[in-house]
Amino acid sequence: MNNAVPALLTLKDVSKRYGSVLANQGIDLAVHAGSIHAVLGENGAGKSTLMKMIYGVEKPDTGTLHWNGNPVQLAKPSDAQALGIGMVFQHFSLFESLSVVQNVSLLVPGTQAELASKITAFGDQFGLHVDPDAMVHQLSVGERQRVEIIRCLLLDPKLLILDEPTSVLPPQSVTMLFETLRSLQAKGMAILFISHKLEEIRELCDEATVLRRGEVTGRVDPRSHSATDLAKLMIGHEIPELSKPDGQAPGEIALQLRNLDHPAKQRFGTSLTSINLELRSGQIVGIAGISGNGQQELAALISGEALCASPGMITILGQPAGRLGPDKRRALGFSFVPEERQGRGAVPEMSLADNSLLTAHRQGMLQRGFIKRRVERAFTENCIKDFDVRTPSPDAEAGALSGGNLQKFILGREIMLAPKVMLVSQPTWGVDIGAATAIRRRLLEMRAQGAAILVISEELEELFEICDVLHVLSEGQLSPAMDAAATTAQDIGTHMIGASQ
Amino acid sequence: MNVQLIRRDTASRTAMVAAPVLALVLTCLTSLILFALLGKPAGAALHALLIKPFSNWYSFSEVLLKTAPLMLIAQGLAIGFRANVFNIGAEGQFIVGAICASAFPVFFPDGAFPLMLPAMILAGAFGGMAYGCIAAGLRTRFGASEILVTLMLSLIAVQILNYLLLGPWKDPRGFNFPQTVMFPDNAMLPLLFEGSRTNISLIFALIASVLAHLMMQHHFSGYQLRTSGLAPRAALYAGFNGRKMIWISLALGGLAAGIAGASEVAGPLGQLQRSVSSGYGYAAIIVAYMGGLRPIGIIVSSFLISVVYIGGDSATVTAGLPVAAVEVFQGFLLAFYLLTFTLIRYRIAFTPSQLRDAP
Repeated sequence: MNNAVPALLTLKDVSKRYGSVLANQGIDLAVHAGSIHAVLGENGAGKSTLMKMIYGVEKPDTGTLHWNGNPVQLAKPSDAQALGIGMVFQHFSLFESLSVVQNVSLLVPGTQAELASKITAFGDQFGLHVDPDAMVHQLSVGERQRVEIIRCLLLDPKLLILDEPTSVLPPQSVTMLFETLRSLQAKGMAILFISHKLEEIRELCDEATVLRRGEVTGRVDPRSHSATDLAKLMIGHEIPELSKPDGQAPGEIALQLRNLDHPAKQRFGTSLTSINLELRSGQIVGIAGISGNGQQELAALISGEALCASPGMITILGQPAGRLGPDKRRALGFSFVPEERQGRGAVPEMSLADNSLLTAHRQGMLQRGFIKRRVERAFTENCIKDFDVRTPSPDAEAGALSGGNLQKFILGREIMLAPKVMLVSQPTWGVDIGAATAIRRRLLEMRAQGAAILVISEELEELFEICDVLHVLSEGQLSPAMDAAATTAQDIGTHMIGASQ
Repeated sequence: MNVQLIRRDTASRTAMVAAPVLALVLTCLTSLILFALLGKPAGAALHALLIKPFSNWYSFSEVLLKTAPLMLIAQGLAIGFRANVFNIGAEGQFIVGAICASAFPVFFPDGAFPLMLPAMILAGAFGGMAYGCIAAGLRTRFGASEILVTLMLSLIAVQILNYLLLGPWKDPRGFNFPQTVMFPDNAMLPLLFEGSRTNISLIFALIASVLAHLMMQHHFSGYQLRTSGLAPRAALYAGFNGRKMIWISLALGGLAAGIAGASEVAGPLGQLQRSVSSGYGYAAIIVAYMGGLRPIGIIVSSFLISVVYIGGDSATVTAGLPVAAVEVFQGFLLAFYLLTFTLIRYRIAFTPSQLRDAP
């Protein structure tokens, strides 16, 4: 790195505490112009906190920020923007009911006509093609991200921060994004690239700062380190191996979707059109695709939280179930892990013991409607022990648990119901690598015991690791079944894009 | 110094007890200042407000008399509130309960009806429940807000009461006053203590409290109601029937208010008259929330509010406080209680100012 010129942005000994949690501790970071600098860390390692301090959303408790060698204080995001810092958030901040150029003009000065021509010009220059007059709700996720990036670029930043930008993109769009970022780098812009995906960082970045539990555990050139080395820095040990046992001959059909149609209930919701799917006992079927393409709608229809137009659209263990409520479907031997844990899979204000009761009340927890506290507690203690939930006791409130820990609890609870058919939606969203591996191992064990499991996930590697059969759900349409062993990430990506064209 | 509110991992039991005490102390302090500014004898006013109700047996029995309906109605309402079903029309259900119960003595003014009192209480209970269920039907069938429907039904109940008292049910020998005949002895609730007006409706209220506690804390139906209130999407996920929760909430709220209404005419009033609608149904909403929507808390809060009401009456007389000042005192109490209530789930943290280098 060039040490003669002061770095564009320097952080010295920055710490931030939230209550009893030390989110960042003594962080030193230097970002140079013309460099793509990775901030690598697991979920909960402190990456987001660090970026919020750089972007002026949070103030550091201690430590200093220097911009071009001069100390600065950032009290609000507009201070950061004034210096030349732009940020593209993981969850976009666009108004769906406005057009692209209207969204841009909310932040960037200039008439809409000027801005529209600039948007087109930037599109040509950096491969960020998007129609300035299109309404945002019509755009794909990749296009929305381009709008966010263009909006940042129009403010002429010297430093661009991207928070987990690839998590919402199909594989082919990732390549396009990287080309854009490289051309920005060539123009001398500094880029902070936040990610937990090792291969991406090795491909794109020339510097990397690794965070673990709020502290810097490494500063390396990712191009000269293997993914295993980076993983060790990131999680403190090697990534645990997961071996998938050979698939046994699949059994009876446990879950069948037949010509499932469902019109969108809300504006900007996704309609599902003639979905067909077959899931057999002893099989894991995966549904790939970026969330927002009908994933939530499909999960709610299969769980019974939303009802189908006709009973025959869903068959669970031979029973037409399309018009049955969640309770009746569970009675058939179905269980479900939803993607939202707080407020759907669990009640945050209630203890873990009371959260067991939510779906496990059929496990002998009730006597004439009265709650048998001893059974409830024993069940909860078993779940905590078997699924390695880190919590002081079954009396702890669900809201006090971290996302990963609560996910282990909910998954444990649903597995302990001994379901014959199980739907797991986004099993490892926001879960650290160790816990994610444990969750996948549990799912494989259930498969060996003959359960039929449907997994909806954004993480392609995860699906390839555990599934026998893959589908892609894109814009409310489900691709035909593909044998997971004979499918590549590129095939999946083609289906993701294909549906939109 | 920075002052921050930090959410506790579990609700603090100490704070649960300390919050009402602290609220009371803060209310007294601010009221002292207010009364002094008004040029009223502050000490005497507080004495009348808080000590007088305990100073003699009669005052105290009047406190208990007021406690009974407040406790009974609040227990019923709290069940619904915990399920996010906001029945604010307990006043109307109370009136309908009183009307239904009065039908028996009105048609048998000589008491020639067997089981007069049980029939009245049952009629009151069913009347109140049916009136609450109108709102449940409109909500589940048409999605009409139960808040508005119950409130408007209360106004209708008052008009039904007026119609009956000015028309068919008016006492023929009542000098044209809008009231029914005086009830015969067998239509009156037995007194709990000789020489007071406190009757066995206090026992009804305490039994309702025990039942509400068993239901909400130990029975699955209570668990389902609580889940529906705290996390509606979790209730949907678990497959709890949302319509059933609405019906249960409004039926039980109406039932309790109806019994309270029946007890009012069969107790202190001894006849159906316009003043049966004295605002118990609305005050019980405050009582329910002050009790933290918990059955045991409501026992305490209904008693406390009655003390303040009886004390307020005596303060206007003995300390010459204007009625508005008494209402301000009652308002302080509620506001401070809601403030201190925050401490149950949150703690206050003082952190030193941020250490930053000068730019």
